[in-house]
Amino acid sequence: MSNILVFLESSNGQLKRYSTEAITAAKNIASQIGGSVNAIILNDEAAGKQAGNYGADKVLVAKSDLLSKYSSVATSKVIKEAADKTSSNIVFMAASSAGKELSPRVSYLMGAGYIADIVALNNEGGLVATKPVYAGKAQIKTKIKTANQVYSLRPNVFTANKISDSDAAVEVFAPQLSDADFSAVVTKVSKSEGKLDVAEASIVVSGGRGLKEAENFKLVEDLAAALGAGVGASRAVVDAGWRPHSEQVGQTGKTVSPNLYVAVGISGAVQHLAGMSSSKFILAINKDKDAPIFKIADYGIVGDAFEVVPKITSMIKNK
Amino acid sequence: MNILVCVSRVPDTATRINVGDDGKTIKNDGVKFIVNPYDEYALETGIRLKESNGATVTAVTVGSSDSTDVLRTSLAMGVDNAILVKAENYDSYVVAENIAAVAKDINADLIVLGRQSIDFDSLQLSSLLGAMLDRPSVSVVSNLEINGDKLVCESDIEGGKETVETSLPCVISTQKGIYDPRYPKLPDIMKAKKKPIEERDGVSSDTKVEVITMAIPQSSRIGKIVGDSDAEIESIVSALHTEAKVI
Repeated sequence: MSNILVFLESSNGQLKRYSTEAITAAKNIASQIGGSVNAIILNDEAAGKQAGNYGADKVLVAKSDLLSKYSSVATSKVIKEAADKTSSNIVFMAASSAGKELSPRVSYLMGAGYIADIVALNNEGGLVATKPVYAGKAQIKTKIKTANQVYSLRPNVFTANKISDSDAAVEVFAPQLSDADFSAVVTKVSKSEGKLDVAEASIVVSGGRGLKEAENFKLVEDLAAALGAGVGASRAVVDAGWRPHSEQVGQTGKTVSPNLYVAVGISGAVQHLAGMSSSKFILAINKDKDAPIFKIADYGIVGDAFEVVPKITSMIKNK
Repeated sequence: MNILVCVSRVPDTATRINVGDDGKTIKNDGVKFIVNPYDEYALETGIRLKESNGATVTAVTVGSSDSTDVLRTSLAMGVDNAILVKAENYDSYVVAENIAAVAKDINADLIVLGRQSIDFDSLQLSSLLGAMLDRPSVSVVSNLEINGDKLVCESDIEGGKETVETSLPCVISTQKGIYDPRYPKLPDIMKAKKKPIEERDGVSSDTKVEVITMAIPQSSRIGKIVGDSDAEIESIVSALHTEAKVI
């Protein structure tokens, strides 16, 4: 029996979707190995309560004036304290930007082993995690040898299940922190307003060199708008200055695993595949029938993107 | 200022991966190994800071004597010293312990890494080192300003950017955007061949994580590839609705 603690992230009083996925994953494991599912969140009591909808038994809310500033050192200490309070020896969190920075710190504080960015976790007389390696060209099954364990879960791979309408029991506590824990703090966050981030969007439409010119990205943007999707880009077009680096998918860019990934005029270099091959469904549009992207595509259209994409956009608008 | 840059040796992204006889690691035969691409940003960052602010830059890698090649590349790019920590059985935790030992030994004020190595893509070394050494860490830095011992780091986060301010000593991991890595010039490559590489025996402690099996994933994609007639396009859009149910 092991209690599991889930670190939650929120914005505007709502839990991040990837955090709800982590609660469901914890609930699934807890039902197999026994033990409770607890959660920890900074400041946001309203969002914390929602953890109950996904099966968390109890939510700790860390409140302190110091926490008006974000520090990864302080947050990792808060998580460790919450793990102690709830006698949890397993910690889950999303492999988000914050989660990937926090997990190693939490594992060190707990004397735990850590496996990053996992895509599956199963109980095989001990927890066995699956993780893509070598740009997704191979997968490992791997396990932690220590009793204390930390896992970060790749967003949008695990399914979130809302199983109840009741809020979780909330316990507010003042974490043991000092000014020294705030030696690196976030001083500014700038969000790209009105744009869906590729890493969070459930549909991503990406364009590559096949679009020939920066202006032609409008085709991709129009299709993305029709689908309510985020816009992504291949390395070639980012390097050419057509699109910002924040949109780059693949090695040296972002890893995404949306429900649907649409690759327009992207040939599918290994570096690109590394960032999107765990997408649930892949649609490729390319005029080269031998383009490697078709080998990993669920759906493919061999044709000129300039003709095919506007047709798809209008068919979707007319549905 | 002492800067420690951590470098790892990884298979080239484009290389074909086969699983070795042990079923847990890759077959090294015929695999081209390179400096981890993100570590090139780390090396460039260390060398730029040396050029602008004055610093001694040391590159370190943990591995076998095969890894001297990545240290030669580091020297050719312009680091001052190179250290190979010899270790056999290691996971990220053991690698971090070995780098932490070197960092203490050379009094590193700033430790710079690539944001992740492209073999296991775990992105865990920077903050693990920070925790071990009781220092702040900032991951995935794409823009850096350094003023005395104050650092202003910009990183990509979900849906935007964040700025983190910190001070030395600290650990940062770098990514594309920070500085474009230089290509070593031929005379520098020749000179680097003659420079000394310090070898150390690694500290060995128990690994915390083990690989049970490695496999090449089999594609389970639907693989419905069609031409560009209106009817064919319509069939794909309709499959997205009714078969994949994603739109």
